[in-house]
Amino acid sequence: MRRVIFLAPLALFLLVAGYFAVQLLSGRDPSEVPSALIDRPAPEFSLPPLYAGEAGLSTADLNGRPSIVNVFASWCVPCRVEHPMLMRLAEEEGATVFGIAYKDDPAASKAFLEELGDPYARIGVDADGRAAIEWGVYGVPETYVIDADGRIRYKRTGPIGPRHMEDDILPLLRELGS
Amino acid sequence: MIAELGHFALTLAAALALIQATVPMVGAARRDHAMMAVAAPAAIVQFLVLGLSFAALMHAYVTSDFSVKNVVLNSHSLKPMLYKISGTWGNHEGSLLLWVAVLALFGALVALFGRNLPPTLKARTLGVQALITLGFLAFMLLTSNPFERVFPPPLEGNDLNPLLQDPGLAFHPPMLYVGYVGLSIAFSFACAALIEGKVDAAWARWVRPWTLLAWIFLTAGIALGSWWAYYELGWGGFWYWDPVENASFMPWLAATALLHSAIVVEKRDTLKSWTILLAIIAFGLSLIGTFLVRSGVLTSVHAFAVDPDRGIFILLLLVLAIGGSLALYAWRAPGLKGGGLFRPVSREGALVMNNLLLSTAAATVFVGTLYPLFLEVVTGEKISVGPPYFNITFVPIMAVLVAALGVGAMLPWKRGDLPAVTRKLTAATIFTAGATAVAILFWTGESALAYAGLAFSFWLGAATMVHLWQRARPTKRVSVADGFRRMRDLPRAVWGMTLAHLGVAVLIFGATGASVMTKETIAAGVPGDSFTVGDYRFTLDRVEQVPGPNYRAERGTFRVYDAESGDFIADLASERRRYVASGQETTEAGIATDLGGDLYAVLGQPADDGGWSVRLYRKPLVPWLWIGSTLLVIGGFLSLSDRRLRVGAPTRSGAQEAPGADAPAGAAPEPAE
Repeated sequence: MRRVIFLAPLALFLLVAGYFAVQLLSGRDPSEVPSALIDRPAPEFSLPPLYAGEAGLSTADLNGRPSIVNVFASWCVPCRVEHPMLMRLAEEEGATVFGIAYKDDPAASKAFLEELGDPYARIGVDADGRAAIEWGVYGVPETYVIDADGRIRYKRTGPIGPRHMEDDILPLLRELGS
Repeated sequence: MIAELGHFALTLAAALALIQATVPMVGAARRDHAMMAVAAPAAIVQFLVLGLSFAALMHAYVTSDFSVKNVVLNSHSLKPMLYKISGTWGNHEGSLLLWVAVLALFGALVALFGRNLPPTLKARTLGVQALITLGFLAFMLLTSNPFERVFPPPLEGNDLNPLLQDPGLAFHPPMLYVGYVGLSIAFSFACAALIEGKVDAAWARWVRPWTLLAWIFLTAGIALGSWWAYYELGWGGFWYWDPVENASFMPWLAATALLHSAIVVEKRDTLKSWTILLAIIAFGLSLIGTFLVRSGVLTSVHAFAVDPDRGIFILLLLVLAIGGSLALYAWRAPGLKGGGLFRPVSREGALVMNNLLLSTAAATVFVGTLYPLFLEVVTGEKISVGPPYFNITFVPIMAVLVAALGVGAMLPWKRGDLPAVTRKLTAATIFTAGATAVAILFWTGESALAYAGLAFSFWLGAATMVHLWQRARPTKRVSVADGFRRMRDLPRAVWGMTLAHLGVAVLIFGATGASVMTKETIAAGVPGDSFTVGDYRFTLDRVEQVPGPNYRAERGTFRVYDAESGDFIADLASERRRYVASGQETTEAGIATDLGGDLYAVLGQPADDGGWSVRLYRKPLVPWLWIGSTLLVIGGFLSLSDRRLRVGAPTRSGAQEAPGADAPAGAAPEPAE
């Protein structure tokens, strides 16, 4: 019995290490694309608006032209890092950017956008995170590129850096736009 | 050429580590003094070789040698010299090289200053240390060579992440690494003791200063990181429960527990196997932190570039080091004999409680950091845990710890008298009540949580001072004047403990002000507009363009006045910087500080109508966060300089406690320095 207690730390650690191994070997690198979602239609969802009186965000809004869906929250550090990229997409590149405010206090979301600028054409409030589960959001921020038929063509978990803009997002938008 | 020398030095260090990890171990098993004697010179030479390698990489950064891939990816010729130097460790490969160099530095320090260690323990400790070094060197040489060349060399580099171009952050990683890696010595000592099958008071006395040294640097590193986040991220917080922050905080909690449990082993010869386990866990958590940051398992603002191969390699190292040591623990620890018995109400009992609470706190942080990951593996469900989780789990544990600390430190060894101690703390209780009442009158209209936080800090501060006075004047027979005289002669370890506990009280004081009592105003406006924040009026005076060495900035100047009297208080300048090479933006908050708190202003994005969004704060008591951290560090150094730790064990009075039959006669007391 006494021996068992001394084995407990080892057993616990191996359990943790096993989880790490499953995560690593599954190839589900959280900052890369889970292949299951790519080229599939965006999930069914419908969210209320952030600003009263404006339109919310739902699946139907994603049809008709290429768009970008960005999941953000005011409490998320990397969201601040990537925000200038979203501003650039909306203002300089002329892309349609939609926002999903994930598990965030609406007042805090508004303050966040007031401080850093608002790149979003429409914003849906996902207060309980249900829509994010449909989208398979691993962590905030997360960004999707959607084609004119409403299919997901690209996914990025974590902040968008200049590299993702130049190598992935902008070329894909150009391809979808032509 | 110099880069190739650096690479060659790495390979040489790996060969040395292999020798250091095997020969002394075999020697210790055979009692062969010649073989054991290999350990010390091997450790010293290893450090010199790795130091050379690190210098070679730094040279490439300082001279902007863009034929080295690592320099191309992380440097820029226009970057100020300070950040060229700090760029050496601001990336995956370079920081690993620093990691290994510090690992070797600690090995060399044990080799130099551990002359009075029993030869077998010293040989085995250095052997285990070399095993860790060998693992990390293999990782570097196989997957992360910092000296890789590119041809043709580009004319210009990609620049360092601008968020990292900051004096606070330039020195934050090296400090953290000295802390993380310093815990490796406690780990190596623990493994060596398990192999020896013997843990005694002398062992605890050797381990404690090393743990203390690592703890001091870990504390300083975390505080520096927090300070950086406070003024550089530009939104006024000092702690975000980010996975990577947590990765540094967990080893800190474990090391704090270890510092306290090692006292029990030293003084009372009990809690041995728990202390060994803590030493393994503290370094194990450092390794897990390294894994989390570098494998890409979790995403974070701090994370390095993701590479799955590297992740698997580090996981393998993790399993070998932690799994191996825990297996050794499961095998050998049941044989360790416990020493003195004690009652639940005693200094030992209080330190056990301290350990239970600190380990629970570490486990809480561990669960909060990894739970999203585990849940996804099990159910495929994706969730995230934010600050709310930590606020409802971690904060109450700390509250219990702080409340109990005041009483626990007063208890005598073996068995204590709780009513007697409570009577001695009457003065502290009265002070707490009085000070809290004054605080309620002074800071009117704050939340109950704020007053509770302040009360906890007053209580801890008062109880710590009562304890100090108790040490100086244990009975009424000593006159008050004599008490003050005796206070001067108290051991430095007592002063160290007092300052560290006071530091915690001051930290709580600052944290309460910085989190619960903050006033903020977020608005938009043009130059000339005024905004009210608590008792202050901020006026946006002007916004101008200013050039920087490798960025362009927009600087907003705010004038701050007292809202009631209209008196001018301070000018705050906040900058929004856009870096030329990467196009990334950073904010520099404008801060005016005094002991009462900070005035904090951030210039946000320009709005469509020609104005700017601004974020303005009044953050009371923030400087006390940094003062508290400084007290912790000074307390650590004072305790480290105590004569007791500098003089070799065993003690003069404890001859019969001296190591048993297999310790040679040379283990008699002699100065360690």
